Amino acid sequence: MAEVLVYVDHADGAVRKPTLELLTLARRIGDPVAVHLGPGAQEAAKVLGEHGAVRVLAADAPEFSDYLVVPKVDALQAAAQAVQPAAILVPSSGEGKEIAARLALRLGSGIITDAVDVTAGDDGPVATQSAFAAAFTTRSRVTRGVPVITVKPNSAPVQAAPAAGAVEALQVAFGELATGTKVVSRTPRASTGRPELTEAAIVVSGGRGVNGAENFSLIEELADSLGAAVGASRAAVDAGWYPHSNQVGQTGKTVSPQLYIANGISGAIQHRAGMQTSKTIVAVNKDAEAPIFDLVDYGVVGDLFQVVPQLTAEIKARKG
Amino acid sequence: MSLRIVVAVKYVPDATGDRHFAEDLTTDRDAVDGLLSELDEYAVEQALQIAEAVGDAEVTAVTVGPEDARGAVLKALQMGAAKGVHVEDDALHGTDVIGTSLVLAKAIEHVGFDLVVTGMASTDGTAGVVPALLAERLGVPQVTLLSQVGVAEGKVVGRRDGDTASEELEAALPALVSVTDQSGEARYPSFKGIMGAKKKPLESLDLSDLGVEASEVGLAAAWTAVDDATARPARTAGTIVKDEGEGGRQLAEFLASQKFV
Ligand SMILES: Cc1cc2nc3c(=O)[nH]c(=O)nc-3n(C[C@H](O)[C@H](O)[C@H](O)COP(=O)(O)OP(=O)(O)OC[C@H]3O[C@@H](n4cnc5c(N)ncnc54)[C@H](O)[C@@H]3O)c2cc1C
Ligand SMILES: Cc1cc2nc3c(=O)[nH]c(=O)nc-3n(C[C@H](O)[C@H](O)[C@H](O)COP(=O)(O)OP(=O)(O)OC[C@H]3O[C@@H](n4cnc5c(N)ncnc54)[C@H](O)[C@@H]3O)c2cc1C
Repeated sequence: MAEVLVYVDHADGAVRKPTLELLTLARRIGDPVAVHLGPGAQEAAKVLGEHGAVRVLAADAPEFSDYLVVPKVDALQAAAQAVQPAAILVPSSGEGKEIAARLALRLGSGIITDAVDVTAGDDGPVATQSAFAAAFTTRSRVTRGVPVITVKPNSAPVQAAPAAGAVEALQVAFGELATGTKVVSRTPRASTGRPELTEAAIVVSGGRGVNGAENFSLIEELADSLGAAVGASRAAVDAGWYPHSNQVGQTGKTVSPQLYIANGISGAIQHRAGMQTSKTIVAVNKDAEAPIFDLVDYGVVGDLFQVVPQLTAEIKARKG
Repeated sequence: MSLRIVVAVKYVPDATGDRHFAEDLTTDRDAVDGLLSELDEYAVEQALQIAEAVGDAEVTAVTVGPEDARGAVLKALQMGAAKGVHVEDDALHGTDVIGTSLVLAKAIEHVGFDLVVTGMASTDGTAGVVPALLAERLGVPQVTLLSQVGVAEGKVVGRRDGDTASEELEAALPALVSVTDQSGEARYPSFKGIMGAKKKPLESLDLSDLGVEASEVGLAAAWTAVDDATARPARTAGTIVKDEGEGGRQLAEFLASQKFV
């Protein structure tokens, strides 16, 4: 069976969930071969093997963390030449898309970005994309070269599928451009202890209606009562009430949880672009005409300062 | 020598309009009014700010697209860019990201550059990969997805706020940067800017001017193909209640009925 390269997104060997989702999709097309760059290949290989990676190609070098993007492109290019894959799957992060794009160009391949599903087709993998702020769903194929496809988080289930997953060294020769952009310093984002926004089953968001950074504690309490992640509209982020890393929307994160609760958010098209594929949508807004109500499964027209605390208390009571 | 800054600006259907695909499954650019992609306004703004900080600099706005796409360059000129370039050719219809980056790279080389500035993504295709592709094609460092950017002493420095970390980046010129919507509000064109823009040079080029073969671009030459596009089914109207003191409890009841609680 053909092999499919899967680029591993990890933190020092701790594999992030979107990569495990890619292994599920890769198995529909062929045998997944994971590419692990940086430290921690042995720890990662265990998890990757449990999820279907037949082999793990690993390379570690300071270039991967000291310079932006290009060293990883050099490495994936080396992997593609070693494996002759039927497809290459990369998680759709900012960096993932940039790596995938440069790789595709070098391989003479088409690229599909932000796929939300990938299946095997007669002429190679078929990717589903969500277009125009999720108003359309398209199905696309790469028609030239090795299909390079970036896939959004939450696009497939994580499934156990034990495979060998043995680590093999990948030889990488860095090109001249590899050291072009130096990473002078890196400050990791502090963890909040809440679920990661793009991976959470429930997202509770606040917008301009929350009216102040201190009031976001209402949103956080509701989120915590449900074990949810916290999101924010750009208006709330621009006002400095919540960090930009929590922004949901076109220029923030795309979320597609089982449940999305929008509080004090009007539902502008750019916000909808990031949440309208959520399975169940709930909104609390004092304006009955707010466009967000066009999307909801359940909406409460009311003041969030009344509704949200009551909701949180009721959930806590029911959970006992 | 003066710093040559080229900013790539895309003309896109207004996101608040009813955007559609045309019959050949390319973007329908006639059904909805177009405008300069709002995310490229941030690129123009940063290009202008860098030029102002450096002093001796010139900003050129470049677009690739049909006749109307000139509007994107015009807006950049109104904001303060010194000159514009519009690449227009019937053969460009349906070009994918690989082809778009080819034509843009040729146009940028035609203008001559020390620094290329782009948006983080267009608001229609939203691929977010043209900047990286341009850097690869131009053979210059990519300093991308910046929320803060500056140029000094032949170097570009910037901050990239990623999902897991914030990074300070540095590269020698010539280089390519892309900026996010966190980089700073874009200015509005002044009346003087709007009037002045009409007198600024706006060069029109076709593929032959750039040495690109028609067979390298367009729908037929795209390395990707869209097989179908379906409109998302309209949502069935949900239940909407007015809070009369029990709204929170009613909502909890709904969430419980859906097994979320
Ligand atoms: C290029 C571009 C990219 C963008 N990207 C994003 C993005 O990624 N994410 C994003 O969110 N936006 C984005 N925007 C901004 C977007 O257009 C809207 O401006 C933004 O989403 C509005 O945020 P909001 O709904 O919180 O605020 P508003 O639109 O001001 O709505 C506030 C809502 O709160 C309600 N409200 C007020 N007080 C209360 C109360 N006490 N109780 C209940 N309800 C109350 C009001 O009725 C109103 O509906 C982008 C814009 C552009 C141009
Ligand atoms: C819904 C949809 C999905 C698509 N998916 C794919 C896909 O998966 N693969 C694929 O190959 N093509 C795809 N395309 C086509 C692709 O969007 C176009 O080829 C487009 O010209 C370039 O990509 P972008 O607009 O997404 O650019 P982005 O990479 O999102 O744009 C980033 C920046 O590049 C600059 N830029 C981009 N285009 C131009 C231009 N024409 N003129 C000047 N500056 C520009 C701007 O500064 C912009 O901010 C898609 C198009 C649509 C409408």
